[in-house]
Amino acid sequence: MAPERIVLRFSADISEKPIIYRLVKDYDLVINILKANVNPQKEGTMVLELTGAQYNQGLEYLRQEGVAVQPLIEGIARNESRCTMCGACTAICPTGALFIERQSMEVFFNEDKCIVCQLCVKACPMWAMEVQF
Amino acid sequence: MNTQKTYAEINERIKTGKAVVLTVEELIVLVEQKGLTQAAREVDVVTTGTFSPMCSSGVFLSFGHSAPRIKMHRVWLNNIPAYTGIAAVDAYLGATEVPEDDPLNSNYPGEFRYGGGHVIQELAGRKPIRLKATAYGTDCYPRREIETMITLDDINEATLFNPRNAYQNYNCAVNLSSRTIYTYMGVLKPNLANAHYCSAGQLSPLLKDPYFNTIGVGTRIFLGGGIGYVAWHGTQHFPSVPKDETGRELGPAGGTLSLIGDLKQMDPQWLRGTSYPGYGATLTVGTGIPIPILNEEIARYAAAKDKDLYAPIVDYSEAYPNRRSDNLGYVSYAELKSGKIIVMGKEVSTAPLSSYPRARKIAEILKQWIQEGKFLIAEPVQLLPSPEDKIKARVLNG
Repeated sequence: MAPERIVLRFSADISEKPIIYRLVKDYDLVINILKANVNPQKEGTMVLELTGAQYNQGLEYLRQEGVAVQPLIEGIARNESRCTMCGACTAICPTGALFIERQSMEVFFNEDKCIVCQLCVKACPMWAMEVQF
Repeated sequence: MNTQKTYAEINERIKTGKAVVLTVEELIVLVEQKGLTQAAREVDVVTTGTFSPMCSSGVFLSFGHSAPRIKMHRVWLNNIPAYTGIAAVDAYLGATEVPEDDPLNSNYPGEFRYGGGHVIQELAGRKPIRLKATAYGTDCYPRREIETMITLDDINEATLFNPRNAYQNYNCAVNLSSRTIYTYMGVLKPNLANAHYCSAGQLSPLLKDPYFNTIGVGTRIFLGGGIGYVAWHGTQHFPSVPKDETGRELGPAGGTLSLIGDLKQMDPQWLRGTSYPGYGATLTVGTGIPIPILNEEIARYAAAKDKDLYAPIVDYSEAYPNRRSDNLGYVSYAELKSGKIIVMGKEVSTAPLSSYPRARKIAEILKQWIQEGKFLIAEPVQLLPSPEDKIKARVLNG
């Protein structure tokens, strides 16, 4: 059985609980932590490979503990608080996923059109375009 | 009869809540509806705005004295060096300064993730900043080292002083070469695949006062979310009004302003640390300038539209770096804002580096301040050099 790659997000109130320990001990899952981060606001993110017979029960336990679980799909997200709507990304974006609405000149991001080429990540002067694993 | 108003009359109306204050966008609509003469009669003040990267920016900081005293010889703020060749605990932090151990462009294109502009944003946001200073020690200033955390509220003064801001107009940058180039005009794709411009166009302050009739030394402005002033003309102030071969004016260009204000009043929303890959770090500065409608001529310039204002198209792979003065023609801000322009017969996608939505917001905030009666229009104590002074840029030989 091939391991599943998932992304876990921990809110600040649960990021110090021994959740991964319980996942291994109680559900007998094989884990491989690919990436882990706790930001200054104490919110945690973890990219995990998970294998085992009780895989679904393990995910159910994570959700009960308040952990947000999503499959690992590399994507791009716009950090709205960083974006100043300058538009510097819009002629770089090859698919029109980042575009300017011509009356207001506001910049929009249509994730459905994004092909995760990541050109915008470097072109953004405010580091507002973020890679999500 | 041609309208004539004085600063005193306009300020009297502001104080009594009777002034008619419009943003540039609103003035343009009013002129379309009622004509220029009527609009000039009705309107007292028009507000402008811009939110753009402005490299020639920085802040004078005065930290206060420690016990024992130190005459700071080298200073770092969050690892960014500041200039200390002034008095003992004073320093100037420039927006484009980067850490001494930054890889710069050795790993091309460099990221320039954190620089002086980012520290200024964090200072304005009341975030704690690590101050480190070293000294050689004197009889009156014996201490040789200090390392401590400061916030904007802990230090005596923080004066934003920007030697060159609010460029009147700017190039539209393209890349004619066959490789991607990383410039202060953003990432330019090879073979004329994109065109970047950097102006709010019709909202931009100095495009609305081409002859510097109202904007001068002492003009009170919106600066970084607080109230600031025009200190002087900016560095590289070479105002002109270019014309095409038929003699038609293409809108003004070349003027700049030196701006000053109290960082302690400002808001990090309007002072944003900014990074250009392969180029460097800088600061995006929010600036808004009120234009008093003293007469119809001032109203006519203030009501100039995107279709009346032009930017030169410049190749940043060859012409710009080699300081060649040739350009690839002129394009109006209306065309630039449409998203497509034609350069050398080819359709090219355009993108701005200057936020028009934020420029509009600044013009709206400034309008509100004036309407509330808390922001009066300052008459310049001295006007700035205008296109008629024909100041020319010098070449650095060497």
